[in-house]
Amino acid sequence: MEILVCVKRVPDTAENEFELNSAGNDLDRDDLVYSVNEWDNYAVEEAIQIVDKVGGSVTVITVGDDESEEVLRREMAMGANNGILLSDDAFEGSDGKAIAAILKAEVQKGNYDLILSGAQADEGAGQIGGMLAAMMDYPYASLVNKIEVGDGKVTVGREIEGGNQEMNEMQLPCVLSIQTGINEPRYVGIRGIRKVAGVDIPVKGTSDLGIDAASVGEAGAKTKRVDYFVPDTGEGAEMLEGSTDEIIEKLIEKLKAKGGL
Amino acid sequence: MTQIFAYIPFSNGVAEDVAQEYPTAAKKIDESASLTAIVTGSGADLDKVANDMTSIYSQVIKVDHADLGYPNAEIIRKALVNIIPSDAIFLVAHNTFGMDLGPGLSVKMDSAFAADVVDFEGIDGTTLKAVRQELGGAVSTHVTVDISSGAVMTVRPGSFAPVEEGSAGGSVVDKSSDAGDLSTKRKFLEIVAAEVGDVDITKSDVLVSVGRGIEDEDNIEIAQELAEAMSAVVSCSRPIVDAKWLEKSRQVGTSGQTVKPKVYMAMGISGSFQHLGGIKGNPFIVAVNKNPKAPIFQVADVGIVEDILDFMPELTEAINDL
Repeated sequence: MEILVCVKRVPDTAENEFELNSAGNDLDRDDLVYSVNEWDNYAVEEAIQIVDKVGGSVTVITVGDDESEEVLRREMAMGANNGILLSDDAFEGSDGKAIAAILKAEVQKGNYDLILSGAQADEGAGQIGGMLAAMMDYPYASLVNKIEVGDGKVTVGREIEGGNQEMNEMQLPCVLSIQTGINEPRYVGIRGIRKVAGVDIPVKGTSDLGIDAASVGEAGAKTKRVDYFVPDTGEGAEMLEGSTDEIIEKLIEKLKAKGGL
Repeated sequence: MTQIFAYIPFSNGVAEDVAQEYPTAAKKIDESASLTAIVTGSGADLDKVANDMTSIYSQVIKVDHADLGYPNAEIIRKALVNIIPSDAIFLVAHNTFGMDLGPGLSVKMDSAFAADVVDFEGIDGTTLKAVRQELGGAVSTHVTVDISSGAVMTVRPGSFAPVEEGSAGGSVVDKSSDAGDLSTKRKFLEIVAAEVGDVDITKSDVLVSVGRGIEDEDNIEIAQELAEAMSAVVSCSRPIVDAKWLEKSRQVGTSGQTVKPKVYMAMGISGSFQHLGGIKGNPFIVAVNKNPKAPIFQVADVGIVEDILDFMPELTEAINDL
């Protein structure tokens, strides 16, 4: 089975406290720690496990700048066989549709049976998989937390409300967005990354992909982010301050009053 | 005039709360827009929901087909493409169904897409301004959406004030015959119900709920000791279940349990909307997090900026000394 996994380099929400820049319209990106999108690790792990069972290969792909190569190498260190970097100045400012269209151009050159992505990334939209599927006329399922490979089809579980699981049978090729918790992604050490440091990762731009530069990037975007801001959320929590002992004393009084003790 | 269509999700013949929230969202898009509810399904449940919607919406479209009996987004998408005008604005809840439907529908309708919108700030010409969040709710953004060839947008449940039922006096239009070809490459099989755990967190008045801040499986014990001191039960956020440190039945959130405690101790929980969506009944929320910018502090009643690994043992000891 030939599997393509779409990944993304994102600011690490566990490692950063997000601040706005001095102009107040973008994140202060100077000291941000980036990593591979958390959901994508589960997608890559799932792809590797499927190939271990039924044979085939795993290719990881991303749309991004030069620095995105590091996340491809990380996923290759996990066990993905190939990496492809789709990179071009013209891609900058692309909305979800344009990213999906860029991926589609490369997908059409391959012969993939299964395309996976993370259920969502830093922007929290969860849009690329569903768009790519619709563009390819492949069936799609989001929030997948179980995959069983059959003959020309897959049985797929989706995580729906209340922790219930919706089971579906899907024809291949198909696109699935992967929810966290579907597996336990393997650990990648420095040695693993060193082993794939020399592997060639092809970089493809608009001309390689046959994409009209005007149809992607900022120019082609129907949905554009204007700014970042921190909303005025009203009062928020009453912050307890002082020494830990003082805080605990105040907290216990409140818990007693509210039925917590 | 802006035409807005709102998709009504329902189960067991009852529309979800978001049905009462769409009208507020629609007004924020364009005060003078026409708003139509669209309900798809099959049989008596569908008829009941379509009928119920006439008290909120002046126009209700129903699409009745045996193949729509289960809300399979792949099939519903095909019907919607044939029924919704291509330059209209289509709203659907940002839930597990809307996330399945929205992106692909926007491709098939060749319209703009915006996900998980929490507010709208009106239309200027053909540009709609919307508010979203990124990075797990850590920051908000304004986005502009070019609606000149329509838009598909998912809206976050609970973000728009619900309208009262009662006065719309709408009518139901049956568009079942317009649904077209509903063949699919994705067949719904069954629902596998969530496993029942050893503890029912929905029954507890006090929950000590742990998130990423617990850092290590061995530290769960620290939360258990605090819970014991408070006669509470330990619950958790999603990452703890993903890491298999606690069982799924202890997870609070839209993809886990919905709880209604009196007191909710959010320990090292950042406070994603999916997590907060599982907390109902307006409990007294205490948030302890070492990140002063954690979104949980916006919704908590009391906030404490400390490392839970240091704070919880001290709190446990103080309570035990009472």
